[in-house]
Amino acid sequence: MIRFIAKRLGSGLVVLLVVSALTFFLLYMSSGSIARNILGDQATAEQVALKEQELGLDQPLVSRYFTWVSDALSGNLGASWFTSEPVANSLASRIPVTMTMVFAAMILIAICAALIGVAAAVKRGWVDRVVQVGAIIGDSVPGFVIGVILVTILAIQLGLFPATSTISPDAGADAWIYSMSLPVIALLINGVTGGAQQIRSAVIKQLERDYVRTLRSRGIGEREILFKHVLRSAAPAGLTVLSLQLIGMLGGVVIIEQIFALPGMGPLAVAATGQSDLPVVMGVVMYTVVVVIVVNLLVDILNGWLNPKVRVS
Amino acid sequence: MNNSSEEAAATAAVATPAGTGQSGTVVRSTVIRRLFKNPLGIAAMGILLVISLLALLAPVLAPFDQNYANIAKTLAAPDSVNVLGTDSAGRDVWSRLLFGAQLTLLSALLCAGVAIVIGLPAGLIAGYYAGKFEAGSNWVVSILMSLPGLIVLLTIRAAFGPSVWISMIAFGILISPSYFRLTRTAVQSVRNELYVDAARVSGLSDLSIIARHIFSVVRAPIIIQTAAIAGVAIAIQSGLEFLGLGDPTKATWGVMLSEGFKNVYLNPTLLFWPALAMALTIGGLVLLGNALRDALEDGEKIKHRRKAAVPSAGTTPAPSTARPSRKSVAAVDAGTEHHLVKVTNLGVGYPQADGSIKKVVDDVSFHVDRGEILGIVGESGSGKSQTAFSILGLLPDNARIVAGSIQFDGNYTVAPGDERVSQERLSKLRGKRISYIPQEPMSNLDPAFTIGYQLVTPMMRVLGISKEEARTRALKLLTDVGIVNPKRTFDAYPHEVSGGMAQRVLIAGAISCEPDLVIADEPTTALDVTVQADVLDLIRDLQKRLNIGVILVTHNFGVVADLCDRVVVMQNGRLVEEGPVRGILRNPQETYTRTLLGSMLEGREPMTTLVSSTSQGAAS
Repeated sequence: MIRFIAKRLGSGLVVLLVVSALTFFLLYMSSGSIARNILGDQATAEQVALKEQELGLDQPLVSRYFTWVSDALSGNLGASWFTSEPVANSLASRIPVTMTMVFAAMILIAICAALIGVAAAVKRGWVDRVVQVGAIIGDSVPGFVIGVILVTILAIQLGLFPATSTISPDAGADAWIYSMSLPVIALLINGVTGGAQQIRSAVIKQLERDYVRTLRSRGIGEREILFKHVLRSAAPAGLTVLSLQLIGMLGGVVIIEQIFALPGMGPLAVAATGQSDLPVVMGVVMYTVVVVIVVNLLVDILNGWLNPKVRVS
Repeated sequence: MNNSSEEAAATAAVATPAGTGQSGTVVRSTVIRRLFKNPLGIAAMGILLVISLLALLAPVLAPFDQNYANIAKTLAAPDSVNVLGTDSAGRDVWSRLLFGAQLTLLSALLCAGVAIVIGLPAGLIAGYYAGKFEAGSNWVVSILMSLPGLIVLLTIRAAFGPSVWISMIAFGILISPSYFRLTRTAVQSVRNELYVDAARVSGLSDLSIIARHIFSVVRAPIIIQTAAIAGVAIAIQSGLEFLGLGDPTKATWGVMLSEGFKNVYLNPTLLFWPALAMALTIGGLVLLGNALRDALEDGEKIKHRRKAAVPSAGTTPAPSTARPSRKSVAAVDAGTEHHLVKVTNLGVGYPQADGSIKKVVDDVSFHVDRGEILGIVGESGSGKSQTAFSILGLLPDNARIVAGSIQFDGNYTVAPGDERVSQERLSKLRGKRISYIPQEPMSNLDPAFTIGYQLVTPMMRVLGISKEEARTRALKLLTDVGIVNPKRTFDAYPHEVSGGMAQRVLIAGAISCEPDLVIADEPTTALDVTVQADVLDLIRDLQKRLNIGVILVTHNFGVVADLCDRVVVMQNGRLVEEGPVRGILRNPQETYTRTLLGSMLEGREPMTTLVSSTSQGAAS
């Protein structure tokens, strides 16, 4: 098991390296006149050259990448070209906002999708039909459109929730939950409809397995078969579904934060993208990849623990 | 009739992507025909057609240019000039919606096109040739799949500036793994099929093999996938534009949403139209994909049912000749509750989509006594397994008892008139008095639990004994079924033992609670020939020692000859002949039995020795 984890961790680091290199070269190779962009059209050629020197843009690309890597290893991700704020600092102040929201939404998705999906698989009938229709509706309306609709109706028209959710540390838990509930709901609706549908399929697939019939023939009760055998076998598929949703949510949350004016990764990423503030963009990509790698590692470990083939060997 | 047989052929071609080039076209035509019967499919195609037409005719239909701004008339309500009103810059909402449709659909097509161009060939190569290319592409796929789409598009936007086309090409690359995986899986499942080997042997080039056989398999799934991907592409591109990172000179639904959201306090209807357009388009794509999938899956379902029930052309149905023999069976049953199991005029059916019930077992009667082995023989689809599962009460949920009764040890488990097997009555019997030996040993053990656990738990539940006691009994059972190192097997997981050993474990499980009746469903079919003989010996020994009744379901007369006292021959859900084994083997009354016997024991003495008869069975 330890070797298995070490191997997974190793391949995660390789992925991190590959993605960082790809992103770095993609970003810096294609933006020809970075210094000109920053200084604007009024700047003289001299000023541009000076700026390029200042940013290290006169160095060869490969050596700049290695400088970036060695800096990054010591926790220095560079500074924004426009605000001069160290990227690491911006990330550190914004990641907690985003991650609380993502994890709150994921936990709720996991609970709701699992309950609804299992109920649909076991009971079939109307629960099943509701899940099917819900999945189609959820697939048809993108998450950010749901967010926009929720804000327009619940916050602006009906005034039930605040339209913008800024978290003040002094506001207290009640106010915080109240202000965060709308963005979290916007984040989780697609996750619940899609997740319930996929968990339903995973459970039905297990219920149709031969060994379930054999367990029944041995006199084992339905409840024990469901909770001990079927759900356990369906769990890896469910975990994969949830991990893919979490990866997707790292993108979706950017738009949701923009809609609700939340001081998370979203506004940072959008502003940096619009201005081609490359060190910040690079930092955002790195944070995303690290989260994805950690999540995948956790899923792998959980699956390994659930699956004796991995656990034993 | 004509129609249905044609459909059967076509659906068979869907499920087992058959060899000829023509089968591909047949598949498509019937899938499309089925799609047109599905109201949701028609609605989806209607929506998409209308939106496509509107997009195509945008330059003609739109009263204004997409960027024409009438600054004197901003945020106007709908009137005769601007049918949906104007936005904050005084641009016509209806015109922008139409041009937006154009750009949205084109960008979705571009994305799907790029994904297909990359994913399909890569999947074909990886699936067909495997090896290093497959390993490499799998690695690339795992990286692409772990990147959130929107973050990648933000990066692309930062690098290349705002362009719908560049971002959709990038997203196409990012999403190409879905085509890659789909194609690779399909190709892998076809690659080792016999007909592909045959094509290779007959000298066809790899390219034409791929084109003819494999492409027809992946075509329908690719259409389904494309519908899904186009929807995702529209969503993510609109998201990017909503963030204000799209091309501001182009009217798109995302830009319009963003513009509407900025003016949400002034005129929320600006949000409504682009949101509706998006939901309709993506919804249409989702529904189309679902309807297509249903059309494909229905084909397979119908095929399965046909396989289980419908007479295949070429075999001789014996309706008139079978009747007298069935009567004689019914006479044997009369008034005897001392039988261990008595099945009377049993009928089992499955409700069909059109409301009718398809019978898979029809008017079957027989009995089994204690200490007796009854063989139920028939080819696949004869209803023999359905009959066995009726006795066990383990029919699929949608199965119905349409006629007859089943009694066990003098009590009904299916009383006359019951629609379903009484789970209340059977759950008290299952495991304790009636037990089951399945066909395929590996899939019948839960891979997540040790063999010991799977033996011990039923004994604790059924017999109410302690874990320690159950453990001692399990170890003894494992010894009884001929496992040399019971302790090691007890602690092993199913994947750590061989198929033959797993079947011994399942037999041990079946007898662990000292049942009166064991139902064995093709217990040797999935095993190696050498192991088959051992397992049959084991069943015979245990049956003699414990004096239990056994129902042995098989297609193999060799097994019947070797093991059974009496035999029941089934065909197309009906009972054809019944009697003592020796009598039937030496002097079969029915044509069908003779055909069945002839096909298995051709050129041999009817009563062959054990080893050669089982190996004959495996070879046939």
